[in-house]
Amino acid sequence: MRVNFTVNGRKQEADDVWEGESLLYVLRERMGLPGSKNACEQGECGSCTVRLDGVPVCSCLVAAGQVEGREVVTVEGLADYAAHRTDAHPGGGCASGACGTSIDAAKQWQARPQDGRTGEAGTLSPIQQAFIDAGAVQCGFCTPGLLVAADELLERNAEPSDADIREALSGNLCRCTGYEKILDAVRLAAVRQGEAV
Amino acid sequence: MAGTTTGIPRNVTQGATKGGIGESTLRPDGTLKVTGEFAYSSDMWHEDMLWGQALRSTVAHAEIVSIDTSEALAMDGVYAVLTHEDLPAAKNYGMEFQDTPVLAYGKVRHHGEPVALVAADHPETARRAAAKIKIEYRELPLITDEASATAPDAILVHENRNDHHAGHVPHPNIVHRQPIIRGNAAEAARRADVIVKGEYTFGMQDQAFLGPESGLAVPAEDGGIDLYVATQWLHSDLKQIAPCLGLPEEKVRMTMAGVGGAFGGREDISMQILASVLALRTNKPVKMVYNRYESFFGHVHRHPAKLYYEHGATKDGKITHMKCKIVLDGGAYASSTASVVGNASSLSVGPYVINDVDIEAIGLYSNNPPCGAMRGFGAVQACFAYEAQMDKLAAELGMDPVEFRQLNAMEQGTIMPTGQRVDSPAPVAELLRRVKARPMPPEQQWLAAGEQADVRALPGGLSNTTHGEGVVRGVGYAVGIKNVGFSEGFDDYSTARIRMEVINGEAVATVHTAMAEVGQGGVTIHAQIARTELGVTQVTIHPANTQVGSAGSTSAGRQTYMTGGAIKNSCEIVREKVLEIGRRKFGSYHPAWANAELLLEGGKVVTDGGEVLTTLVEVLEDEVVEVEEEWRHRPTEAFDLVTGQGNGHVQYAFAAHRAVVEVDTELGLVKVVELACAQDVGKAVNPLSVVGQIQGGTTQGLGVAVMEEIIVDPKTAKVRNPSFTDYLLPTILDTPTIPVDYLELADPNAPYGVRGIGEAPTLSSTPAVLAAIRNATGLELTKTPVRPEHLTGTGA
Ligand code: FES
Ligand code: FES
Repeated sequence: MRVNFTVNGRKQEADDVWEGESLLYVLRERMGLPGSKNACEQGECGSCTVRLDGVPVCSCLVAAGQVEGREVVTVEGLADYAAHRTDAHPGGGCASGACGTSIDAAKQWQARPQDGRTGEAGTLSPIQQAFIDAGAVQCGFCTPGLLVAADELLERNAEPSDADIREALSGNLCRCTGYEKILDAVRLAAVRQGEAV
Repeated sequence: MAGTTTGIPRNVTQGATKGGIGESTLRPDGTLKVTGEFAYSSDMWHEDMLWGQALRSTVAHAEIVSIDTSEALAMDGVYAVLTHEDLPAAKNYGMEFQDTPVLAYGKVRHHGEPVALVAADHPETARRAAAKIKIEYRELPLITDEASATAPDAILVHENRNDHHAGHVPHPNIVHRQPIIRGNAAEAARRADVIVKGEYTFGMQDQAFLGPESGLAVPAEDGGIDLYVATQWLHSDLKQIAPCLGLPEEKVRMTMAGVGGAFGGREDISMQILASVLALRTNKPVKMVYNRYESFFGHVHRHPAKLYYEHGATKDGKITHMKCKIVLDGGAYASSTASVVGNASSLSVGPYVINDVDIEAIGLYSNNPPCGAMRGFGAVQACFAYEAQMDKLAAELGMDPVEFRQLNAMEQGTIMPTGQRVDSPAPVAELLRRVKARPMPPEQQWLAAGEQADVRALPGGLSNTTHGEGVVRGVGYAVGIKNVGFSEGFDDYSTARIRMEVINGEAVATVHTAMAEVGQGGVTIHAQIARTELGVTQVTIHPANTQVGSAGSTSAGRQTYMTGGAIKNSCEIVREKVLEIGRRKFGSYHPAWANAELLLEGGKVVTDGGEVLTTLVEVLEDEVVEVEEEWRHRPTEAFDLVTGQGNGHVQYAFAAHRAVVEVDTELGLVKVVELACAQDVGKAVNPLSVVGQIQGGTTQGLGVAVMEEIIVDPKTAKVRNPSFTDYLLPTILDTPTIPVDYLELADPNAPYGVRGIGEAPTLSSTPAVLAAIRNATGLELTKTPVRPEHLTGTGA
């Protein structure tokens, strides 16, 4: 089957999709967007969290056919999404037209060695920067899903309490950090976001 | 100049160059990881690639009568279906013993062992094809515990052992046995006023790293293979892979792909050989990604253990003696069981002074899932038991459990039961003092939020099981000792290639090692070390591959010590060469070139008096300095097989925990409120990562205390819970605040004084939580994990 949907502000189409393919598989293996991670493919770890029409979902549990005509934001589009939070809100598409990765660009994506750069390239959303600054990234496999979930929390609740943060992120497993630095990161992003307003 | 660089740690240039050691610099891979661009092993992609899939045994112990692959092979989109008959060369591999079949032949020895392989153009096709392979098994009797393994007529898990331990073990189903006898425990027991005995059970824990076993094997034109995988030790993999592919090592080129956590679970081979065999056979790139179910079968776990302990003490609180027997179940294949046995026995006394001991540790072969390396490596199980014993002894004597431990705490100079003298700081009593002195978290925090109880802060949380009635608090303490680095005479070394040159008008250092960055932050500190030693700001970390010498394993808390040491060592030689160039060019202009101690700082050559002589750019111009050196820690020796004596370990690490828990005694639910840790890290090269490692290790210990266990059905030896639905891991709701207090007491033998960090916090976290639950409930609780039925008396 063919599936048409918007990913990170760009219209995309995927051909020859099997009935059973998940949104996660289509993003990772067909669109060349491997940022959403595959840790359990069972809805238990949250590594694959994306926003579907603004709502955080485990993309491993969403059948590709279900996203026909809908709007998906992945970690790859998070910075743009955060930058355009007001004009490109859930389902709205990217007003500036500058968001997202084209399918061709995405297909060019290849496994490549890491060069160890600190990378000031591109702008990061506040939550992305906070994860780096707070030391909330170790292996980083849980990070994309946590970022999408945490960004959505901060969109809803600009000043979350620790209990709010814990509740919002309870569907995302992290095996490396012990979560303390993840809490720090969300608090930091909330403070910075508050200062920026 | 390969060799050992030792001496008093000196931080000559520390702080002089921005981003050097001691600073909380940020991860160089952080941006890639938060944007989704970092290429993990499961993200590999190649044009025209196939997907590999293994078929795994559905029974634990059986003869393979027949395998029929015809139906699978006939499917559209299937390119290859392989069994052991199709393997190109060696059929077995293994880190310490080559006893693990690439694909089972003759018989299967555990549930989930790979038997056949498929390559297809879509992962679902590969799965369906694998399901069409027909295997006929004739089941065999099961070996599942010590009794069934060591019965005189027991069936042998491995019929023809020829490993180096085969000759001295009491039974062929015992992988290794290590006794330690020192003093006279029986005689010392007569001096004891109290004696306590205990029997403890430690469950099978899974590393449960999030990034699944995965990678891409690409056949090369020269008949070799390029392999991109997530592993803990490229060169150890290479040694095992090449013979199985029938290729010389130089034709197997390995590159580290992004690693999503490891914790010991990637020390052994997983999909490396399977994907390579498929790629060679089909002559196409093959990607293989284990799903979570398969991942539970695809790596070794933490050894479950039975521990039998006896301690005695005098009225004034001095421990007289200790006797113990530790039985570790290694499962169907040896993996690193022999080394785990060595660790469990040599660290079985804990961080205490006990002169009279009688110790025995054994590791079994069985038909349970294979067990091997996991964070804490044999020391974890022992710590769980000896810390429970310490509390029992203290209670028996009417003493405070912390004071009792402090009274018996080892210190620098203590002789270990192996006869080894501890020759660097061992601040055991101080670590306990620090966690004890910390202010307690407020009582009944669930009320602090307001009038209404905030159920989120209560045991059971949002399940709304209680509003505080029936909830009691408990506090528990534990402390542990872990060896750092590879022990027992292993030739443990690491290699670093350092290059220094001017790029775009700036002096740049490149660090090339084969170190596995598994999340621990090695890449961050490697750059810090190069900055400190070479006085440059720009450091590039070259991707890890087999084009440089071995870095050894990212395990045993050894990488900062070992590869960090190799980088330091190589940088020192680079520095000398740079200064030589400088002397040649500028020596005649300033006497300091000949007679002052010169340093590289902030991109300049400076005298120890702070005078700037010139810049690195001027010294180097278009010259390139490159050095590749190995580095070794001081040698260790094997433990005597009868007495257990020997200087077996390089370094020890210490951590202490205080756990505060709240228990709903009616429902048997536990909420860990706080888990404070104090640890000696020798030198915090990167304080931010130090704290992160301690918190992560602490959380894995918490997991084992209250939820984590691979459940193996004792009747069938089948794994009952191979999924994240059924194997429970701590979430952010289960994990309390983890305040960390670290000491920096330098080890005079280690580079910069560092002490391995990652493992020690995993040890004491579990017994501290158990002690707190015992304190809250008054129950004995001798098993991990503590389940609700243990607290309510409704289950075993
Ligand atoms: S991969 Fe989707 S929740 Fe784990
Ligand atoms: S950083 Fe490794 S799983 Fe979270």
